[in-house]
Amino acid sequence: MATQQIFNKEIIGEENLVYKRTNLLTQNHLSYCPGCGHGTAHRLVMEVIEEMGIQSETIGIAPVGCAVLAYEFMDIDMQQAAHGRAPALATATKRLMPEKFVFTYQGDGDLAAIGTAETIHACNRGENITIIFINNGIYGMTGGQMAPTTLPGMPAATCPFGRDVSIMGNPLKITELIAQLPGVYFTTRQAVHKPANVRRTKKAIRMAFENQKLKKGVSFVEIVSNCNSGWKMTPTDANIWMEENMFAFYPLGDIKVDGEMVKK
Amino acid sequence: MGELRLMKGNEAIAEAAIRAGVDGYFGYPITPQSEVMEYLMQERPYLTTGMVVLQAESETSSINMLYGGASCGKKVFTSSSSPGISLMMEGISYLAGSELPCLIVNVVRGGPGLGTIQPSQSDYFQSTKGGGHGDYRMVVLAPASVQEMSDFVELGFDIAFKYRNPTLILSDGLIGQMMEKVILKDPKPRRTMEEIIKQCPWATTGKTPKRERNIITSLDLDSSKQEKHVMKLKEKYAQMEREEVRFERINCDDAEYIFVAYGSSARICQKAVDLGRAKGLKLGLFRPITLFPFPTKELKKLSDQVKGILSVEMSLGQMVEDVRLAVGHGQKVDHYGRVGGMIHSPDQVLEAMEKQIIGG
Repeated sequence: MATQQIFNKEIIGEENLVYKRTNLLTQNHLSYCPGCGHGTAHRLVMEVIEEMGIQSETIGIAPVGCAVLAYEFMDIDMQQAAHGRAPALATATKRLMPEKFVFTYQGDGDLAAIGTAETIHACNRGENITIIFINNGIYGMTGGQMAPTTLPGMPAATCPFGRDVSIMGNPLKITELIAQLPGVYFTTRQAVHKPANVRRTKKAIRMAFENQKLKKGVSFVEIVSNCNSGWKMTPTDANIWMEENMFAFYPLGDIKVDGEMVKK
Repeated sequence: MGELRLMKGNEAIAEAAIRAGVDGYFGYPITPQSEVMEYLMQERPYLTTGMVVLQAESETSSINMLYGGASCGKKVFTSSSSPGISLMMEGISYLAGSELPCLIVNVVRGGPGLGTIQPSQSDYFQSTKGGGHGDYRMVVLAPASVQEMSDFVELGFDIAFKYRNPTLILSDGLIGQMMEKVILKDPKPRRTMEEIIKQCPWATTGKTPKRERNIITSLDLDSSKQEKHVMKLKEKYAQMEREEVRFERINCDDAEYIFVAYGSSARICQKAVDLGRAKGLKLGLFRPITLFPFPTKELKKLSDQVKGILSVEMSLGQMVEDVRLAVGHGQKVDHYGRVGGMIHSPDQVLEAMEKQIIGG
């Protein structure tokens, strides 16, 4: 029932259908704020799983944060991890069932603050898993507090006057950091706010899962996303702000492909 | 009849796990239990049974690796010692909340803090009263010999899968490090994926068209549903109290005074019973084997026939609270125990019995 298409066939004939809910997303209403990039990112992951025909072979791991309820939306077997620990769950799941596809879906607080050790060590061991990393520079779920990826000068609930790096430290470019590790085969940074970016992100996620099929080690896809609620902007303004500020600090593009650093 | 060997308690745990068809071990070195992983890495069961052995980056990670492995219905275990177990508390709470079976071994050392690497029994509260956050319990098995270290591995897994809940083996540095003869069980093969799916239809083994997706989580933002979930857990814990109580009575039938002790203290008290009886004192030993569920009724029954009880553990007095709860007012109960990694001798225990209980 959860995988049924939902469109009114009386209004839209099959021949006119150009867009519909992805089959592998459930019918549960997304809990994300309107304008948030999580829904698109969810969709892309599930489209790739559907297109690869690996629904019955895929185990997903949900984080703590806005995506904590990812298992409500993704129609696959899923585990919900303690905050930051998803790579540890993925490590054991993959090692105990090496024939399965295993991915984590984590936000910046989960992956780059409380779970930094799990992230770095799973990557360093070269676990044969896929990591989807949503970076919106803020803690969305708890109400807009400073994240490890909050930009210098950017205000948040726990740095209301902007992130003062002399007090609060610098934002962490975890993707560049883990790209240095030999266990990491593929790292890229993408976005989902425009159709061209959506297409590129989907291609990157597909590559991440294909790499796993080939047992290449960690494939890591960062998606720089907006958080219009946390940033206290309209969705449109948030996307513009993201392009001007987030992309300047977190430039989009491949960082490591086929185990080799991409020369800039 | 299994194979007879001379082994350390820690090694016996590891060997028993291989023989029990365990799927995975995830751990982090800490004294006095590092021999568990050392033994496994030496034996390399991944080449024979296919058992995964992995050294994690921390105890936080190893307990969460258990969460991932247990979510797949696999038989997974970890071992650590007190400070490491403290780090695992978050994970244990999640395992209980998500109803995941696994085995955790605590080879206790003295605390608090970094404490000492010498044996202690000061993690009783943490083990039996929760430790992590939220309302949860787990069956706590207290081995008093290398043989029981070995035997409790399979028993621990059986209990864990019966209840879909973590089981804890609460050992200590003495039992972990000492060598004794042990009869090892014959090896059993690991379960096939088909057997796991049959035994654990709830596990994340991949959603097939035949069933709805399986979700492993401890979260429910709807409080009325979360309350139902916690009440369901409560019923499991009540069932444990009905069905899992284990204990041993040694020289209790005619005893006038009894020791209550578990693990290595039980071994020491057993000697003290012999020493006391040689002096004409009618001493006995009541040994809880499960610390949760505590053998409350059985101890109460025994307490009605004796004149006094000395609870002996290497702590400031933790189990003694359960002893007092069991026997109630009107019975003489006291605690004795060395701490900080010091181990009481049979003479000291006997002297404490004479001074605090018999003459007290």
